[in-house]
Amino acid sequence: MSMQEFFAMGGYAFFVWTSYGLTLIVLVVNIVVPVFQRKQFLRQQALKQKR
Amino acid sequence: MPWLVIIFLLLLLPGLYGGLYLAPPDYQQGDSYRIIYIHVPSAWMSLFIYMVMAVTGAIGLIWRIKLAEIMSISSASVGACFTFIALVTGSLWGKPMWGTWWVWDARLTSELILLFLYLGVIGLYGAIDDKRMASKAVAILALVGVVNIPIIHYSVVWWNTLHQGPTVTKMDKPSIHVSMLIPLLLMALAFKFYYLIAVIQRARIELLTRERNSQWVKTMVSENDQ
Repeated sequence: MSMQEFFAMGGYAFFVWTSYGLTLIVLVVNIVVPVFQRKQFLRQQALKQKR
Repeated sequence: MPWLVIIFLLLLLPGLYGGLYLAPPDYQQGDSYRIIYIHVPSAWMSLFIYMVMAVTGAIGLIWRIKLAEIMSISSASVGACFTFIALVTGSLWGKPMWGTWWVWDARLTSELILLFLYLGVIGLYGAIDDKRMASKAVAILALVGVVNIPIIHYSVVWWNTLHQGPTVTKMDKPSIHVSMLIPLLLMALAFKFYYLIAVIQRARIELLTRERNSQWVKTMVSENDQ
């Protein structure tokens, strides 16, 4: 099977790759958001302590 | 944590390789069926996480264990994400196969209600400032919503729906070929580990926010600030 055939997904490329792409985005966001929240939390609390 | 990520990847990568490349195309659906490798595990997770959320919620409600409360609410956002994925990927499969993005079929509708239950839990938790009180309210909502879980699971049996019946979780032998089943099970396990990673991430920030006035968090903040 060639690369092109693989990505074409037998004509269902749009549906298959949109599914996998969206899933990837949602799963990554879920992991990244708490990391940012944690940084923001530490920054805010540090400011509070200095006051 | 790093171990969880390694196990997750060790399950995910062969799962994807098996599902997208090794497994043959379906004789009726061609390659479009490959969406099931994320759709089915996501749908399973959406139910599984809901049960975890309800049970930990009940434990928090009865014994007032803080950690159970935190696990319960941290599960909600991950569960909502999986429910969303199950609905969207199902829709993306339904368009080429059923000819429609959406039907008000029993399975689809009850899964949509599950998404609203998750969103209700998240919204209710955010609306109450006292987080211990919020956890109580959320646990009751989650427990009431448990009624929806068997409805989703048995919807394809109870009603004559467009959504197909179970192929894997039935008493008989699964009606899916082993070359298609193995990647599916790998993906399902990978998603379990993903949930563990994501819920720990969420729980950490939840714990920090709740305990922001305690000494250990203050020490942590000042150490981090230097």
